[in-house]
Amino acid sequence: MALLEVNNLDVRFALRQGEVHALRDISFSLERGERLGIVGESGAGKSVAAFSLLNLISKPGFIAGGTVNFDGQVLNHMSERGLRKVRGNRISMIFQDPMMTLNPVLSIGEQMVECLKAHRRISSKEARAIALDKLQQVQIPSPETRLDQYPHELSGGMRQRIIIAIALLLDPDIIIADEPTTALDVTIQAEIMALLLDLCEQHNVGLILITHDLGVVSQVTQRMLVMYAGRVIEQGPTREIINDPQHPYTQGLINALPQMATPGEKLNQIRGSMPSLSNLPSGCAFHPRCDFINRADGQPRPACTQQVPEFVESGNCRVACHMVAEMLEDRRLKEETS
Amino acid sequence: MSTTSNSSQASASPGRWERVRDSYMWYSFKRDRTAQLCLAVFICMVIAAFASPLIAPTNPYDLAQIDIMSSELPPFWIDGADDRYALGTDAQGRDLWSIVLYGTRVSLLIGFGAVILQALLGVTFGLMAGYLGGRVDTILMRLADIQLSFSTLMVAIVVGALVKATMGSAFYSQYAVMMLILIIGLAEWPQYARTVRASVLAEKNKEYVDAARVMGLRSKRIMFRHVLPNTMSPIFVISTVQIANAIISEAALSFLGLGMPETHPSLGSLIKSGFDYIQSGSWWITLIPGAVLVVLVLSINLLGDWLRDVMNPRLYKG
Repeated sequence: MALLEVNNLDVRFALRQGEVHALRDISFSLERGERLGIVGESGAGKSVAAFSLLNLISKPGFIAGGTVNFDGQVLNHMSERGLRKVRGNRISMIFQDPMMTLNPVLSIGEQMVECLKAHRRISSKEARAIALDKLQQVQIPSPETRLDQYPHELSGGMRQRIIIAIALLLDPDIIIADEPTTALDVTIQAEIMALLLDLCEQHNVGLILITHDLGVVSQVTQRMLVMYAGRVIEQGPTREIINDPQHPYTQGLINALPQMATPGEKLNQIRGSMPSLSNLPSGCAFHPRCDFINRADGQPRPACTQQVPEFVESGNCRVACHMVAEMLEDRRLKEETS
Repeated sequence: MSTTSNSSQASASPGRWERVRDSYMWYSFKRDRTAQLCLAVFICMVIAAFASPLIAPTNPYDLAQIDIMSSELPPFWIDGADDRYALGTDAQGRDLWSIVLYGTRVSLLIGFGAVILQALLGVTFGLMAGYLGGRVDTILMRLADIQLSFSTLMVAIVVGALVKATMGSAFYSQYAVMMLILIIGLAEWPQYARTVRASVLAEKNKEYVDAARVMGLRSKRIMFRHVLPNTMSPIFVISTVQIANAIISEAALSFLGLGMPETHPSLGSLIKSGFDYIQSGSWWITLIPGAVLVVLVLSINLLGDWLRDVMNPRLYKG
């Protein structure tokens, strides 16, 4: 059994206007030391997915169904007390904005020592030694000085290194990184990503990387999920998805990368924008923006607007698309007849 | 400027003193004559009040030292003054200078005590209401609303009457300081609770709180160690206002005879005890403690104004 197994996770938000389905039927697994990317536009539910793994969705959100199995425990059925032993200790998390994630009134050392002491019975001195060791691992210049400094005295890149050090503090099994480099300078982004990858490989830590940067996903992860409007629409080995995307949305995302455009021309984009979760289009949520809604004969495919697509297996990937399903079906029929 | 004392662009890792010296607060203090003067006056008064057994020429609590024959003597600049009593004496023949010193001590004690109690209650409840939200928030804040709908005076009258009725008035005067701290503390905690709750609501959506939750810290720990220090500036500012308010409340209660007994007078009960003699010409018994009260409260309030300007808490409401 995999280290982390998410089965049919369903998250809703009880709002005044009614229930909003933020995540539907999310399933994936993560082996020890494996790196998984979660990709999608803003609002696709990536961050909600990350928080729901640790059962940390704040009200009015709640997990309405499904399970998160971690190392033989079902996290979303666990007591708050049991969960605290997992959070930070076995699964830790890195947030987007290093300016906001560190408490402005506590020194770096205090924050690190506190995290260690919350999970282990050790003296402050020992905790400080561990903190120092982790700061050295993230290659921060003059780590001893940093321990007594406050977040405002450090640059964004340094803060993100410190946040990575805090995430590694208790030697977790999994790190969830929610857009860890989005708020950073481009030159530092690469450095931080390389550092994170390096440390994960060294310590055999699993990584769930949430991002909208397909470039980073293709470099760092082994498998990936593509999310759209609270659903996974395509999942499988990263290389296969990047090289041969099946779902029209994934194709659109890859096409929209700046390096895919012809020099001098406008960048490619997916027309329209992500629908609101409280008012999803019928059938496939992507159909109003889809270029492949018409069949070969020029008529729109009725299933696209009427029926929510099921996953079909295509090679090593799973894709939720009527068009892909139809193509595969045609191919199968042809093979049978010949 | 939303900067506080640690906004200095410290180089390597400066010591505590360097942090203070480089801070905006110290910079502003050095340039603000009013703040300097007020702090000086306030510190002098606090020292004089708490050193009153050493400074005061007589002990006004010691009945043996009181001579009823030397009552209502005027202060030194008026004819008929006695050399032994620089500021004159009150109706019972107590040295006014001594008793004002002792009275200031009582007033300050009650002021600080009540504010500490208010802060303990108000900060805890405000933190819980803001951070935990939901039902806890509703219950605590409705409680605060109910508390605020009683005036301090009403609470004092009810509590005072209850205690006097059940324990006897001797018990009440013996523990009058405690009673007043309790009454003023209980009556005014919602001020803190509301201010703290408002800042906690702003703080709790910041990512460092999420990060602390992800680290697996307990709610209690996150509330007190992570959120509370970030809401300190409005708490400081409101504290100065509340100390001044508590001193005034105490004076008002004592003036109405609900506070300190005549034998252990505060500034308020001194003003009251002299009030009966204003008509007979002994105005100093009331006016001198009155002036001390005004100077004390004014200096605290002006310091509070300065502090508010420096810290600029967004949620301050006087």
